[in-house]
Amino acid sequence: MSLLEAQGLGLALPDRAAKRLFQPAPQREILKDVDLAVALGEAVGLVGESGSGKTSLGRCLVRLYQPTSGRLLFSGRDITHLGESELRPLRARLQVIFQDPHSSLNPRRRIADIVAQPLIAFGLADPATARRQAVALLDRVGLDPRLGGRFPHQLSGGQRQRACIARAIAVEPALVIADEIVSGLDVSTQAQILTLLRALRRDLGLALVFISHDLSVVRALCDRVVVLRGGVVVEAGSVESLFAAPRHPYTRALLAAIPLPEPDRKDGLEPDWETERGGGRSHADRRDGRAGHWC
Amino acid sequence: MNDTLRPMTALLEIRDLWAAPVRQRGHALLRGVALAVAPGEVHGIVVESGAGKSLLGRAVLGVLPSGIRIAKGAITLDGEDLLAASPRRRRALLGRFLAMVPQDPMTALNPVRRIAAQMTDHLRLHLRLDRRQALAVAEALLAAVHIREARRVLAQYPFELSRRHAPAGAHRHGLRLPPAPRRRRRADDRARRHRPAPDLRLIRELQREAGTAILFITHDLGVVAKICDRVTVLHAGRVLEEAATPALFAAPRHPYTAALMRATPRYDRPGEALEPVPAALAEQLRAEAEALDHVLA
Repeated sequence: MSLLEAQGLGLALPDRAAKRLFQPAPQREILKDVDLAVALGEAVGLVGESGSGKTSLGRCLVRLYQPTSGRLLFSGRDITHLGESELRPLRARLQVIFQDPHSSLNPRRRIADIVAQPLIAFGLADPATARRQAVALLDRVGLDPRLGGRFPHQLSGGQRQRACIARAIAVEPALVIADEIVSGLDVSTQAQILTLLRALRRDLGLALVFISHDLSVVRALCDRVVVLRGGVVVEAGSVESLFAAPRHPYTRALLAAIPLPEPDRKDGLEPDWETERGGGRSHADRRDGRAGHWC
Repeated sequence: MNDTLRPMTALLEIRDLWAAPVRQRGHALLRGVALAVAPGEVHGIVVESGAGKSLLGRAVLGVLPSGIRIAKGAITLDGEDLLAASPRRRRALLGRFLAMVPQDPMTALNPVRRIAAQMTDHLRLHLRLDRRQALAVAEALLAAVHIREARRVLAQYPFELSRRHAPAGAHRHGLRLPPAPRRRRRADDRARRHRPAPDLRLIRELQREAGTAILFITHDLGVVAKICDRVTVLHAGRVLEEAATPALFAAPRHPYTAALMRATPRYDRPGEALEPVPAALAEQLRAEAEALDHVLA
């Protein structure tokens, strides 16, 4: 049985950019009939260009967005319409790590407090125990426990992202949704975080939904990959088979757009998908770019 | 690199450049950086944050943060000493022969001025064009960077543009300002990492057309492999290796370069192949670099 399963998931959100004065914003379809299953301990990569709906799907999976159609099952239980109070115990088993570690850490709290917070909030430990556990968690993610006394702005980007990971695994979740968590990092920091996530998966049996535009990063971490385009799943499969022999032209275009560190290969300079279609950037892209990102 | 062969042909040359904070004696940020960029060459600088990434570009442009000074060394553009240039002379060069494409297009553009105003400033100043001429040139520049509806974009504010348009807006500096030995610095930006293809092609295309030399500062080896002619690897403010791009990727001489290549994830290789830069190596290189600082004390 799958740990988390989405069946025919659809999502529509009000499109404020297209809103006319004195009229309700029109609904825009973000996701259409998406099926996704994550097994226990499995890492699934969600890829696609910006505006493809991968972040929205990630948010739907933890009910940060309410899906407009379809069903969401967690350990076989339908959670599509659970109220917030019923969802609450599940939240401890489903954690999220966001793209920007700077804006997802409270600037006025110390790192150790931030990491201990979920333990206290879910009533898993009293404050003193939680503090002790926080130290162990910082150590687990490769942060010097002395950094626990610092504030987020005193840490580097990589250290902040480690703190976010520590906070997410504090409550020993079964599944973590990681949204573009390495895209803002340097190559060597990125490699360290990826290695850390591999180790955490191995040691804690963590399942992962890893959202990324970078297919190379997905290959380094995931077992399976799901390619989204315009809110629709265009291709899914194991990383080995899908990256070795992509079937959908969109997947091929995504792969061809990645510049591999080999001077003789002509990749990375391929015509991009958008121009090939002859269209401009879609409206979704424009909005995505303007706001930075959805979250 | 053979230093004796290149200086005569170099457009931009940096020799033994040391930069240090004014208040902290005996601690350097750039440690004897030397590099030469030939006319029309795309020179990649592979560097990670905190290793002197933005300092180098800012030193060349003469816009170092106030607490940092150049302690030693020389920067010459086409034989002219940039460090000795008067502020007036520097202003004349900036934006005309020397320009920078910054990392974040959203902060690089003035949010309260329309694109047209921001793009015509330097055209009018340097080329003494009148308003109408400058607008026509600006429109042509936008078209050259493949912005559709250039006229509409000119009337817009930066926030109205997509992230992909905005860097193109920032490309405005330094391109198509005749006559020119020009140099652009392009920092790595997230928007481009998102969809690298069109922007890389664009840079290559514009560079070939205008014969612009580019100092391309990035940490992305994939991008370096595709567009750079030569590469300099920088760590802790120090040059570790300099080579022609094919040679560097075929056989990196410095262990750090090799480690960086192993730390770069690739979709055509299994995850186990990924190996972070060993902490011991980074630590050792940092110690080696700091040992050099006595030169300044």
